[in-house]
Amino acid sequence: MKRWLRWLVLLVFAVYFFGPLLSMLDFSTKTGTGGRSGAAWKALVTNHEVLGAIGQSLLLCVTTVVLMLVILLPTMIWVRLRLPRLKRLIEFLCLLPLTIPALVIVVGINGVYAWVNYFFGYSPVVLTFAYVVLVLPYAYRALDSSLSALDVTTLAEAARSLGAGWLTVITRVVMPNLGAGILSAAFISVALVLGEFTFASLLNYQTLPVVIDLFGKRDAHVSVAAALGSILFASALLLLLSLAGTRSRGRKGA
Amino acid sequence: MFTSAGKGPVAVDFVDLHRHFGNVRALDGLTLAIEPGELVCLLGPSGCGKTTALRILAGLDHPTSGEVRVAGKDVTRVPANRRDMGMVFQAYSLFPHLTAIDNVAFGLKLRGIASGVRRKRAGEMLELVGLSEHADRYPHQLSGGQQQRVALARALAFQPSVLLLDEPLSALDAKVRVQLRDEIRRVQLEVGTTTLFVTHDQEEALAISDRVGVMNAGRLEQVAPPAELYSAPSSQFVAEFVGLTNRVPAVVRDGTAAVLGRQLPALAGSVNGDGLALIRPEAISVVPDEQGPATVVDMSFRGPVTQVRCELHRADGGEPIDMVVQMASAAAQKLTIGGRVQVDIDSAAVLVVPV
Repeated sequence: MKRWLRWLVLLVFAVYFFGPLLSMLDFSTKTGTGGRSGAAWKALVTNHEVLGAIGQSLLLCVTTVVLMLVILLPTMIWVRLRLPRLKRLIEFLCLLPLTIPALVIVVGINGVYAWVNYFFGYSPVVLTFAYVVLVLPYAYRALDSSLSALDVTTLAEAARSLGAGWLTVITRVVMPNLGAGILSAAFISVALVLGEFTFASLLNYQTLPVVIDLFGKRDAHVSVAAALGSILFASALLLLLSLAGTRSRGRKGA
Repeated sequence: MFTSAGKGPVAVDFVDLHRHFGNVRALDGLTLAIEPGELVCLLGPSGCGKTTALRILAGLDHPTSGEVRVAGKDVTRVPANRRDMGMVFQAYSLFPHLTAIDNVAFGLKLRGIASGVRRKRAGEMLELVGLSEHADRYPHQLSGGQQQRVALARALAFQPSVLLLDEPLSALDAKVRVQLRDEIRRVQLEVGTTTLFVTHDQEEALAISDRVGVMNAGRLEQVAPPAELYSAPSSQFVAEFVGLTNRVPAVVRDGTAAVLGRQLPALAGSVNGDGLALIRPEAISVVPDEQGPATVVDMSFRGPVTQVRCELHRADGGEPIDMVVQMASAAAQKLTIGGRVQVDIDSAAVLVVPV
């Protein structure tokens, strides 16, 4: 390919990706009279509603990732090691949420959430239960590909012959080798939780996307600032995670 | 310094082991006694049950019926992680997230050995397999042969009562395979651990074993020291699986086989009357002779020896019989392709099988 053509392609994509972001930045710093002001961004970090929503969403990210890993990781490893016949079933169950529209799930889950609220209190964090189901297909894919890259059966047999019980096999032999898979499963879960609107809005929880939407109706500038902020936050997170990923590989490669 | 001090080598017994997978009988009555400190090879074609036998001894598979005894104790129901057996696998099995020395120390760590002692002993084991300078490398930085050496050190580090080797060399290239094979034998003799080695490579089995067990269809055909297995096979399967074999017409009367004008003792298991004597290529020699019964068809030079293919003409004028002869290259130079030769057999005894 010609050199200039490569640059052209790069330029087109750069405009496509950064154009909207720059426009958002432009809009969020504009005032009604055509001047510049950081009021919208200031509101973002001082407004209790927005701050609260950011906090809740971050907490949701953490709880969702933790619960997802606690449920999914040992299950997948165990199925691979001991119950390979169930692999198809588990895969089917994990991919199921993809095939059902979020709206349908919400309608179905609404009644259940009355009970959830009754037992756990009315806080956005209870969305964790729904979100774990939501992220299952993506987390499953990420973990499955990293499990497949590993000869789990042989590693487990080697560990067992050295005297390791099943728990040791899972925690000290298999899990430490799934770093990349766990990381990408966690990241995709965070990205999904930060962007999820349907569940939160229809179940009436004030997560970040819901609050951004609310502000959009009240004060467009703050809303756009919040949207841009969450995009930047997610990108920064991605960068951080991928850096952590290369650094741990780099350590092994040293 | 590396011997299983205090424990001493132990005996291993397979007693009438059966293992059925559906209708397939992977093991069909395997009985084998391994002496303390002995290296026994299970040799056979794929699917003969040799790996199943090893996995049952490791506790990674369970027999349908039968018993496994280690040092006289029945361990058939003991789980793999409490069997105290070091194992080296065919596939690379080092833990990717641990360095070579941490891999070797893994078994010691599980046994609660203090960190200092652990590192020292793991270091000694790496030295034993000649990899001291690679102690801090990760498995992906080691070659296949080096990985299998580390795996061997790991399997021996915790001084297991039995060492199990499941085709540890088959993923390696030819040169490394021979090197590591000799290395395994040297290490095994040094530590003196009772060892079961499984392979489909007869050369490998003959080269390193105290005794070789040839398996076929879930049964043991013959167990014998390598030389005996080679010179006195007990069945056609053993004779043909281990080494090249010629089939030459013979007649057996009263335990003596008449082969090409020679009278040789017939091995136990031979037929009575007309049959085919199984004769090794190097037990036959040919010399040029215008009146000889065979014709040289082809010669292939192999350095010190030359492989000569002959056609032996039958007295009754039937199809000539193909023979492969292996002889010293110097003697083979006197032969010409298409020339007649006299055939002589130099074998202590022969196995004669039905036609």
